[in-house]
Amino acid sequence: MTGTPSAPTTSQPYRELGLTDDEYERIVATLGRVPTDAELAMYSVMWSEHCSYKSSKVHLRQFRDTPATDRLLVGMGENAGVVDVGEGLAVTFKVESHNHPSFVEPYQGAATGVGGIVRDILTMGARPIGVLDPLRFGAADAPDTSRVLPGVVAGIGGYGNCLGLPNIGGEVVFDPVYAGNPLVNALCVGVMPVGRVQTSAATGVGNAVVLLGAKTGRDGIGGVSVLASATFDAEGGPARRPSVQVGDPFIEKILIECCLELFDRGLVVGIQDLGGAGLTCALTETTAAGIATGQPGGMDVDLDLVPLREASMEAHEVLASESQERMLAVVTPDVLPEVLALAERWGVHATRIGTVTDSGRLVVRWHGEVVVDVPPGSLADDGPVYERPLRRPADLDLLHADAPTALVRPGTGAELRETLLRMVASPNLCSRAWVTEQYDRYVQANTVLAQPEDAGVLRLSASGLGIALATDGNGRYARLDPFAGAQLALAEACRNVAAVGAEPIAVTNCLNFGSPEDPEVMWQFAQACAGLAEACRRLGLPVTGGNVSFYNQTGATPIHPTPVVGVLGLLPDVSRRTAMAFTGAGDTVVLLGETRDELGGSEWAWVTHGHLGGTPPAVDLAQEKSLAEVLVAGGRDGLFTAAHDLSEGGLAQALVESCLRGAHGARLELPADADPFVELFSESAGRAVVTIAAADLDRLAALCASHGLPWRPIGAVTAAADLEVAGQFTISLDELRTAHEGTLPRLFGSTA
Amino acid sequence: MPEVPLGDAGTPGAPRVGVVTFPGSLDDRDAAAAVRLAGADPIPLWHGDSDLHGVDAVVLPGGFSYGDYLRAGAIARFSPVVGAVVAAARNGLPVLGICNGFQVLCEAGLLPGALTRNSGLHFICRDQRLRVETSSTAWTGAYTAGEEILIPVKHGEGRYVVDASTLAELTAQDRVVVRYAGGNPNGSVDDIAGVCSENRRVVGLMPHPEHAVEELTGPGTDGLRMFTSVLGGLLRAAL
Repeated sequence: MTGTPSAPTTSQPYRELGLTDDEYERIVATLGRVPTDAELAMYSVMWSEHCSYKSSKVHLRQFRDTPATDRLLVGMGENAGVVDVGEGLAVTFKVESHNHPSFVEPYQGAATGVGGIVRDILTMGARPIGVLDPLRFGAADAPDTSRVLPGVVAGIGGYGNCLGLPNIGGEVVFDPVYAGNPLVNALCVGVMPVGRVQTSAATGVGNAVVLLGAKTGRDGIGGVSVLASATFDAEGGPARRPSVQVGDPFIEKILIECCLELFDRGLVVGIQDLGGAGLTCALTETTAAGIATGQPGGMDVDLDLVPLREASMEAHEVLASESQERMLAVVTPDVLPEVLALAERWGVHATRIGTVTDSGRLVVRWHGEVVVDVPPGSLADDGPVYERPLRRPADLDLLHADAPTALVRPGTGAELRETLLRMVASPNLCSRAWVTEQYDRYVQANTVLAQPEDAGVLRLSASGLGIALATDGNGRYARLDPFAGAQLALAEACRNVAAVGAEPIAVTNCLNFGSPEDPEVMWQFAQACAGLAEACRRLGLPVTGGNVSFYNQTGATPIHPTPVVGVLGLLPDVSRRTAMAFTGAGDTVVLLGETRDELGGSEWAWVTHGHLGGTPPAVDLAQEKSLAEVLVAGGRDGLFTAAHDLSEGGLAQALVESCLRGAHGARLELPADADPFVELFSESAGRAVVTIAAADLDRLAALCASHGLPWRPIGAVTAAADLEVAGQFTISLDELRTAHEGTLPRLFGSTA
Repeated sequence: MPEVPLGDAGTPGAPRVGVVTFPGSLDDRDAAAAVRLAGADPIPLWHGDSDLHGVDAVVLPGGFSYGDYLRAGAIARFSPVVGAVVAAARNGLPVLGICNGFQVLCEAGLLPGALTRNSGLHFICRDQRLRVETSSTAWTGAYTAGEEILIPVKHGEGRYVVDASTLAELTAQDRVVVRYAGGNPNGSVDDIAGVCSENRRVVGLMPHPEHAVEELTGPGTDGLRMFTSVLGGLLRAAL
C-alpha cells in the first residue's frame, strides 16, 4: 500500500534540527534508507530531550518502583496518573514545565503552559477542576524580573481564568540563579467517573482519526527541540520567539466541553492531546500505543485534510507545528457523523484526517505523495537512551564547609524583632497576594481552601469527599544536597497536604535542572531522582507521573537543581479541613516536631547574609510520617482550631502568617534554655504549629504519644493585636501586615 | 460538583430560573447550584436557542462569552437567547447579570453604561465588601438598604463608566443597586458595583453572589439572598 517515499539525495540538516551524527545514523538504519524531510523533522522532535527523556529515562525508572497502592488506576508513562478516590470517582493530576517559552515570551509561554497541562488531564477523560503554579524567578528587584513575572502571572491568569479553572496554590520563589531561566511549572488536577478513564491507543482497523480544535499554523515549530532542549545563549531570547506558541483559551474551553461530552456519550475509542511536537507526537504515540495493545495497528493520514491557518505550510511544518488547543480522537466510523455534529454544536473544528490500519506503520500523505512511512514505535518508544556521565560538583565540599554557624546572629530582643520584620518582608516570605489576586480561585464553586493556605482543597462530591494539593521544592537545599533536597521537597508537600487534614496518597514531580550534558548537573539529577524515589518508597507513596525540564541554564551556569514535588491528598469530608488562621483567643499554640540549629540554605542566611552554604535540614521520614498522621487524625477529630506547616523562615514566619490570616495575636513563651534565634528561624523539617482549645491538651498529648511525635506548647492565641515573644519583643499586627504585604506591590506596582 | 448536570428533574411547583450557557461561560454551573440552594429549579438555557422554556427568571452568568472577542459581552448580545431575554425583560421578566452577564446586559442596552478595563490593568480576585443601596429591585428585596455584605469580585473589565447625565438619573431614580465599600477594586465611577433597569426587574453587577452562598466555598453566605429575593417576588406574584 505504500511506495517508498522519495528521499532527498543531498546531505540533510539533521544537526540544525538538534540530532547527533549517531542519532542520524540510527534513523537511516531503522528506515533502511535516508529519511524524507518530513520524517527527519519527526525524528528530530520525537528524539529531542523534551519528548524522548533520553538523558533522564535511566534515572526515572526508579519511580516505577514506588509503591503501587490499591488506589492507583494508571501509573507512570501515560499522559497523567490516575487514582481512585472512592465514591466511583477517579482523580488525575500532573505537573509540567513551560520554562523556556516563558522566558522568551512570558505571557504566552505561561498561558500555553497552563493550556498544555490542562489537555493532558482532559486526555485522561477527566474534567479539569483546578490548577497550581510553582514559579521561580530571578532576584525580585532585578530589572528583567519586572518583565518576566508580571507577564507570567498575567498569562497564567489570562488563560486559567478564561478556562474556568480555580487556581488553588503553587509557589513564587526568587533567586538570582533563575534570572535567565525562570521556572514556570503548572499542575492541573481533574476528576472523572472511574469508568471514564480514556486511552491513547489507536485501535480498531478502519476507525476514523479525527483532529479536533484549532487550525494548524506555523506557531511553535521546533518548540521542543530548538527551545526546550537547548541552553539559552546570551542572545538567545528574541530570535526564538517564533518557537513560542500562542494560545486562545476560548478555543480550549469549548474543546474541553466538547471532549467531555464525547467521553460521556462513549464516542471515543482513543484520544491524545497535541502538545510538544504537535501532530508528530500525537500520531506516533496513538499509533504506537495501538500496536502495543497486541491488536492489529497502524495509521494512514492524509495531511492535506488538516485545516491550516497558512496555506503555504510544508508537510514537515504541519507535522511539527505546536499550535495550541488541538486533540486527536479515534472513533468508530458509525459514530463519526455524531462526533462531527457534536463538535459543530460546540463550535469546535473537527476533521477526519486519517484511518486506523493494520499495516503496523504510520503512513502520511501530502499532495498525493507518501512523505512519511515509519514504524511508529521507533519514534515514540525506541528513541535513544543515554547514560550520561555523572560527576559530583567540584564546589560541593567547599559549600558544605561554609556552614552558616559562622554568620552573625541576632542576639537581643531588638535585633530579633528587626530580623523578623526584615524576614517577613523579604521577597520569598512576603505576601503573595499580588500574584494570587490575579487568579480566579472561586470558579466551579468547590474551592474549600486556596492560597495562602498550606494546600488547596477542592470538594468533589456532595458527600463532602475532597482532595488537597500542594507543591513544594527548595532549590537552595537541593543545591547543597540534591538527594536530601528532593526528599525535603516531598516531605514539605506531604506536610502541607496533611496540615489541612488530608492523607497524602500520590505524587507527581517536575524536575527542573541545567544541561544534562554537564556531568555535574547530571549528578545532581541522578541524586535527586534517587532521593525522591527512596522517600516515596519509605512514605508508601506512588509517583504517578511528571516531567523533566533540562537545559535550564544560561551559558555554563545552571540553575539550582529544582525538583518540584506535587502531592495529592484525600479528605473524606472537606468540612473537617483545618485552615491556617489563628481564630480562637485563649487557644494553646503547640509546636509539633523538633527544632534543631539548622540554618544551612535557610531563608535567614540568604536574606540577612546573602549566604548559601552548609547542609540543608536533616531529613527524618519516619518523623514526617508521624507528623502527617497526627495532623490528619487531629484534623479529622476536630482537635485543631488551626494548623500551619513550618518551612522557609521557620516558626517566626508560620506564626506571623497564622496571626495575620486570622487577625489574632499570639504570645510565645520559649523555654528558658532555648536559643530564641534558633527557635524562631531554624528551618528544621518535620514540624508544624497547631492550635487547640486549652482543655484539649491531654487529647493532643495522647495523640502525639501514640505516634511517637515530640510536641510542646509554646504559647497562646490572644485577642491582642500583636505578636509577643515573652522577654524578647512585641510587634503589632499592623506593623507586621505592612511589612508582609507591601513588598510585591512596591516591586511590581499596585494592581487596583 | 463536577459532573452534576445544570438542570435536574426539578421540584414540582418550585420556581424555574433559567441559567444561560454561552460558549465560554464559566460560572454557569455555579449559578445553577446557587439557584438550587435558594430553593428554585435551575433550567439550562443554550445560547443558540431563543426559547426561554417558560422560566420565571433568568441568570446570565460570569465567564468569557464567545471568548469576549472584540469587547466583553459584545458578541453575546447578538445571540438568539439574549434576544429573547431582552424581549422578556422589557415585559418584566427578572434578569440577573453577573460579571460577564452584566457586561452582556449593558451591551444589549437593558442596562445603561459600560464595563471597561480595571483601572489597575490587572484581573482582580478578592473578597469585596459591598453596600446594598436599594432593596427595591427584583433581586435585592431580601436585603436592607445600607446593609454591608461580603461577596467575591473576579474580573479584568469591571470598571463601570456612564455619562454624567445618566449617572445623575441613576442616582435620582435609586437605581444604583450595590456600591463597593472599603476600597474600589476597579475604578468604577461613584464606586458603582451594580445597577438596575428602570422597571427594577433587571439587575447587573460585577461581584459574584453565586460564590457567596455556602460557608464552605465562599467568604460567607451573603450572596444567597440575591437568589432568594427573586424567588420571594415570584411566590408573592403567584399568590
